[in-house]
Amino acid sequence: MEKLFIGPSPHIRSSNSTTKIMLVVIIALLPTLAMSIYYFGPRALYLTLVCVVACVIFEYVFNLITKRQQTVSDLSAAVTGVILAFNLPANLPYYMAVIGCFTAIVVTKLMFGGIGQNFANPAIVGRIVLVLSFTSHMSNYPVVGGISGVEVVTGATPLSALKDGDMELIPSNMDMFFGSHGGSLGETCALTLLIGLFILLFFRIIHPVTPFAYVGTVAFISLIAGRDVIFDVLAGGLLLGAVFMATDYSTTPITGKGKLIFGIGCGILTMIMRMYASMPEGVAFSILIMNILTPYIDRYTQPKPFGMKKEVKKND
Amino acid sequence: MILNSVKLPHFASAAESLTEILDSPEKVIIAMSQHIGAPCEPVVKVGDYVKSGQLIADSDAFISAPIHASVTGKVVAETVVTYLNGRSCKALVIETDKYQDISDDIKPPVINDREEFIKAVRDSGSVGLGGAGFPTHVKISYDREKTPVDTLVVNGAECEPYITSDYREFIESSDEIVNGIKLLMKYLDIPNAVVGIESDKPKAIAEIKRQLQGESGIRVKSLRARYPKGAEKVLVYETTKRVIMEGDLPSSVGCLVLNSSTVSFISRYVKTGMPLFWRRLTLDGDIVDKPKNIVVPVGTTLKELLDFASVTEPPEKAVFGGPMMGSAVYDLQIPITKTNNAILVFGKQKQHKQTACIRCGKCTYVCSMNLLPTALEHAYDARDADDLKRHRVNTCMSCGACSFVCPAKRDIAEKNHLAKQFLIAVANKKY
Repeated sequence: MEKLFIGPSPHIRSSNSTTKIMLVVIIALLPTLAMSIYYFGPRALYLTLVCVVACVIFEYVFNLITKRQQTVSDLSAAVTGVILAFNLPANLPYYMAVIGCFTAIVVTKLMFGGIGQNFANPAIVGRIVLVLSFTSHMSNYPVVGGISGVEVVTGATPLSALKDGDMELIPSNMDMFFGSHGGSLGETCALTLLIGLFILLFFRIIHPVTPFAYVGTVAFISLIAGRDVIFDVLAGGLLLGAVFMATDYSTTPITGKGKLIFGIGCGILTMIMRMYASMPEGVAFSILIMNILTPYIDRYTQPKPFGMKKEVKKND
Repeated sequence: MILNSVKLPHFASAAESLTEILDSPEKVIIAMSQHIGAPCEPVVKVGDYVKSGQLIADSDAFISAPIHASVTGKVVAETVVTYLNGRSCKALVIETDKYQDISDDIKPPVINDREEFIKAVRDSGSVGLGGAGFPTHVKISYDREKTPVDTLVVNGAECEPYITSDYREFIESSDEIVNGIKLLMKYLDIPNAVVGIESDKPKAIAEIKRQLQGESGIRVKSLRARYPKGAEKVLVYETTKRVIMEGDLPSSVGCLVLNSSTVSFISRYVKTGMPLFWRRLTLDGDIVDKPKNIVVPVGTTLKELLDFASVTEPPEKAVFGGPMMGSAVYDLQIPITKTNNAILVFGKQKQHKQTACIRCGKCTYVCSMNLLPTALEHAYDARDADDLKRHRVNTCMSCGACSFVCPAKRDIAEKNHLAKQFLIAVANKKY
């Protein structure tokens, strides 16, 4: 008698996989990486590589020590590495970046159960821990074209210039769009971030609601507050956050309605922090706060099943 | 409201091949449970000589349908087959002889009113030919006072990949389908009928529209070619915009849903009196050289079908039904029943590895019932009966769309299946 395989239906599966999704995300991040190398020199590339390698090694070793199934091949650690690097100034010492990677991968992701289980975006927690621990390093951004080897020239980001009232340091909106201004590695060039957004939407990796709700809310508040709308949209980590971090699967609501609430919430918090808080930027904190609210949003935006009756018949 | 759905590959390579008729196999194994409901008891003994179409098993139970001999020959044994769902039932083995006579009992039924029509449908052994196999006479004997039916919904969606047997029914005998619809409308006093066909079958739509020229009360609805448009609740919603509430039957919203092949069979039975003992099915799969549609006697074993199919390499998986909801069989000696609309055989099998859920939400975007499959999986893993009920696992129809799209390759649909059994166990205090 022939041996036949049995298994639950369905007997065909889509060719999609976690690895493929993460690969597309990495591809979507590449244009921005290329732009950051152009603006900040090879150190942008080295820092990104350090972060990716550190994240992957941390995940590999942690899985080895805790005898868990090896998950490095799903590429999610590599994605975290790239996104974390994008949140750092190009001249940050490597060991600090590695500390950020440890916070992101080991503390935030793996200790909470690994991929899909973490409550907060690893890269964001990594960034926040670095900002709080090494405030001066994390707020000294290299000025475009001003970095070569160990020689570092630093300057203000557009948002900190606005906060400090140094209006002459604020770049033109054109410079903001193409990214030739101070800032962390991957946040400066709006053009390539939009290319990344397009790639993610084209391959249906992310739901369009989150980034549009987030950026739309920021633009709306900026408009009624009488600020420069284009500046507010292009400045700081907003586009990087809206495209790559507020769309993280694990830490954002599942349904479209939930994602809308999440995006609007992020937008409101970001603008409150930009306008009233003492720090110039609020993207990371607003996404983190909304990450924490995600289980509640999920609970109250549960879709209504087709043909649902109000009362469940008691079976017992 | 737009119901969620998923785009599937079609693999309908058998669509344009004319239905072939399989010669009588050497023996048939006729299971006594060909349908949902009570199994039948044999009315013939081992050693009896039976002719095609002769009644060989029946039951007193209401939800059941009689079974007829599918070949002419001698009943050589009574055996037991373990069926796909793990249950076993009695079965009769009939050895074919070289004379393939039709039973003398066969004559067109005399029908004057509703009661006689329902009795004729019962005598025909008709069950739902779409796959579920619910006895047709039970469906049409709904209570006319409590649940008046005003619309007959004919299911021609055939939304699963590979399967083309209903499609061939539309192409080859649309006149029978139309005649069947008219008979049902006449004897059951139903004023409207709607035929739902997926838009990627333009020939079938054109064919049925041609047959319907000048008819009133019957319309054709072109459905979006997405899975699962042929599921009962989805089809009723797409054709009539009526919502069947959880746990209710289509008759609660005034609809009667029948598969197109069932409707066509009823028309043939009323004309000829030939009961249901054959089955048109699609024979396909990645190792089948020439995919085809064939008519086979009920009880033909899978093994004999494969000899007919010219497979290119030894099969490693055989599926009864479509790839989304069909069951993989463990043995090639399993016989065909009235409800098989496809046999799929596959070669080299690659076991997929399940990885952790990444909460991408794709399962919820494809669920027609608007459920949260990932939340259901968590609830089942925690054996949380209240959460399963709150998330309405009971409305899951096991269409498998969630498992299909899952990038982590999780068996989410299977978990829902298990969850429903778990809730039954909890209700019976067996857990």
